[in-house]
Amino acid sequence: MQIDLTPFRRAFLDESAEHVAALEEGLLRLESQPEDSELLSSIFRAAHSVKGGAGSFGFEDVARFTHSVENLLDRMRNGLVRVERSLVDLLLRANDVLKCLLEAARAKEYGQPAAAACDTRAIVAELQQRLGAPDGHAASAAPAAAGATASPKSTSLWRIEFAPHADFFRTGSDPLLLLRELAGLGRVASIEADLHAVPSWDAFEPEDCYLAWRIELESSATLAELNDVFLFSSDDARVQIQPGEAARADAPDTAVSTASVDAAPAVAHGAAQTPSGTQRRSGAESASIRVSVEKVDQLINVIGELVIAQSMVADVVNNFSPERVGQLREAVLAVERNTRDLQERVMAVRMVPIGSIFSRFPRIVRDLAAQLGKEVRLELEGEETELDKGVVEKISDPLTHLIRNSLDHGVEPPDERERCGKPREGVVRLRALTEGGSVFVEIADDGAGLNTERIRAKALEKGLMRPDDNWSQEQIHQLIFQPAFSTAAKVSDVSGRGVGMDVVKKNVESLGGAVAIHSTRGQGARFRIKLPLTLAILDGLSLSVGGQIFILPLVSIVESFRPRATALKTLLSGGEVALVRGQALPLLRAHRLLGIENAQTDPTKALLAIVESDGRRVALLVDELCGQSQVVIKNLDANFRRVEGVMGATIMGDGRVALILDVPGLIRLSEGTSSTLALA
Amino acid sequence: MTKTVLIVDDSVSMRQMVAFTLKQAGFQVLEGGNGKEALERLAGAKVDLIITDLNMPVMDGITFVREARAKPQNKFTPILLLTTESQESKKQEGKAAGATGWIVKPFNPEQLLKVVQKVAP
Repeated sequence: MQIDLTPFRRAFLDESAEHVAALEEGLLRLESQPEDSELLSSIFRAAHSVKGGAGSFGFEDVARFTHSVENLLDRMRNGLVRVERSLVDLLLRANDVLKCLLEAARAKEYGQPAAAACDTRAIVAELQQRLGAPDGHAASAAPAAAGATASPKSTSLWRIEFAPHADFFRTGSDPLLLLRELAGLGRVASIEADLHAVPSWDAFEPEDCYLAWRIELESSATLAELNDVFLFSSDDARVQIQPGEAARADAPDTAVSTASVDAAPAVAHGAAQTPSGTQRRSGAESASIRVSVEKVDQLINVIGELVIAQSMVADVVNNFSPERVGQLREAVLAVERNTRDLQERVMAVRMVPIGSIFSRFPRIVRDLAAQLGKEVRLELEGEETELDKGVVEKISDPLTHLIRNSLDHGVEPPDERERCGKPREGVVRLRALTEGGSVFVEIADDGAGLNTERIRAKALEKGLMRPDDNWSQEQIHQLIFQPAFSTAAKVSDVSGRGVGMDVVKKNVESLGGAVAIHSTRGQGARFRIKLPLTLAILDGLSLSVGGQIFILPLVSIVESFRPRATALKTLLSGGEVALVRGQALPLLRAHRLLGIENAQTDPTKALLAIVESDGRRVALLVDELCGQSQVVIKNLDANFRRVEGVMGATIMGDGRVALILDVPGLIRLSEGTSSTLALA
Repeated sequence: MTKTVLIVDDSVSMRQMVAFTLKQAGFQVLEGGNGKEALERLAGAKVDLIITDLNMPVMDGITFVREARAKPQNKFTPILLLTTESQESKKQEGKAAGATGWIVKPFNPEQLLKVVQKVAP
């Protein structure tokens, strides 16, 4: 039977990624709880599962490497090797190599270019050294079912004695099966049952095995093949196999070679290597999603309800009379309710706990703190907070950067902390929580906080602000998100090259989120990232321009009103502004930006929607507002091409397609930094 | 008559592979993620073969074999262990707990069917 293992191989790779994460988390905990035997067992199990699966699914290099790790863990589990920091260090590094091997295997599985070669040699050598002796097992791993020798042999006569113990049946064994198996290997020349052991009736135990057999078998099978028949019975049966007179001096059992092809991953050099590797990773991670059975069950429930509601509608429509309008309305309402429910449940399927990325930070903090000579404790909170899978994947890099930043710039060296009257050990707290329709992720440290004066000085030097600008502390702090802005006294390995914070901000904004900073000098800083729960559904306000419908994300709208003529001014430069409570906001004409004719061009007969992005407000001129609705975002990039000022499209209830406007993009358009929108 | 096999393994991919292979071979398949779950599956069900991993959370394979074997309806049911070559002592332990035989990891579907054939033809 030929079985395609591809789906199981992929499931194995997903599962192994979880095991690797569990290994890392376990090892980190082991450092503080070296005596925890349950913890050690679970660490061992994770490595063991990876090894067992890797071999069966054809990832020999993974299996071989994990075997060494598992051996060491086994020794530790049995108390033969003592848990100590350097050992945990080694195992963590080994885990990194394992991760690398699995990623290479994954790349190969999905036909993507391999990232980099994984150096197993050095780690294996170190593991062996810890084990004390070279490991003989790895080389001699032979599968249970030994293959037959290739050379043709003549038939020989075998004498076989088989005497099962009394307990034979109690292990689920059956002598008849073994005898049949023997018969299948050749011709049974004679068989004789030995009834000597059968006791008298009063002593007879029906579940005991009292029988034994003597068999003469004419067969071309080797001794090894015959022994294989009794493979499971060596403990609970006496088995003797002897070649009979006619037997040729047979070649001893040919050992099965370990058919492990050295499948070292190919090294990709040159242009194909992306510096960050982000793309490759995100591509791999989005390959599949694991959903709890509970969520699927809920989905099925809702579908059931929906089917009932639909049949109610069908019933009313098929036998319709005017007096059944009420019933129809009720049935349609039920459909609507269930559809909304279904939508929520389906979205829930895409939701994954943010803990899946939190779990990588203890390691990062541990290594980084050691590298910087600082004492830092990482506290995690709200790992169970759920976010859309797409958001979770993309938030990982910005979070990593912010945490590195906190360690490098925030938390002070232990001595300095002591001088300030703080405990030597700094605390970085990573916290996720849901509030309203958004998820907040906070990175807070109890370090020195942002140095407002130094940021101001730097901003002056770079010409980002003028000496007479009277900016709030908040505004000054926001400057650290400017490209190429770094106040680190010296550039360190960790951060401080001025690349990063601007990327953090850009990444978060591309997810529809925002970053805020709260910092108190001497007490610490807190970065608060606000993220939408999901990327696929948006609360929007539909509006019309020249008879066409557009959607504005509700979060970006501050207010809307019809302006008086006195509130509108045209500047010398030709630009227009709207005065809103004493504040002059740039007036953007949607019809002009979008190239639409027949629109209302007189603002006093149309509406201004005040929209906000990035702390900036502008007044967008539209014909009228139509109403609020939840819309499903359809990607335009994938189906058409990227269009500045538009984040996607959606299909309205009446079947019309509406474009969803992207406020930051519209502002860029109005500033002429990008070419005007041209819709085909 | 269709034979029923219970597969016990905490590794989903392994369980899926074993289950798929045996379904292809005409078995009906029950699954458990650890010994405890497997015992729950066994309650009230008669199976013709049990295949279990050894290292599992909650209840390990050896304990599971012992408890499963203690139930009257499983008295003579063949039980196969999934072990690795480094677990020689576990084989003996499993045997003592009542296991019929073992399948050495790594294995491929053909090897699996061969061993299954041996104890539950």
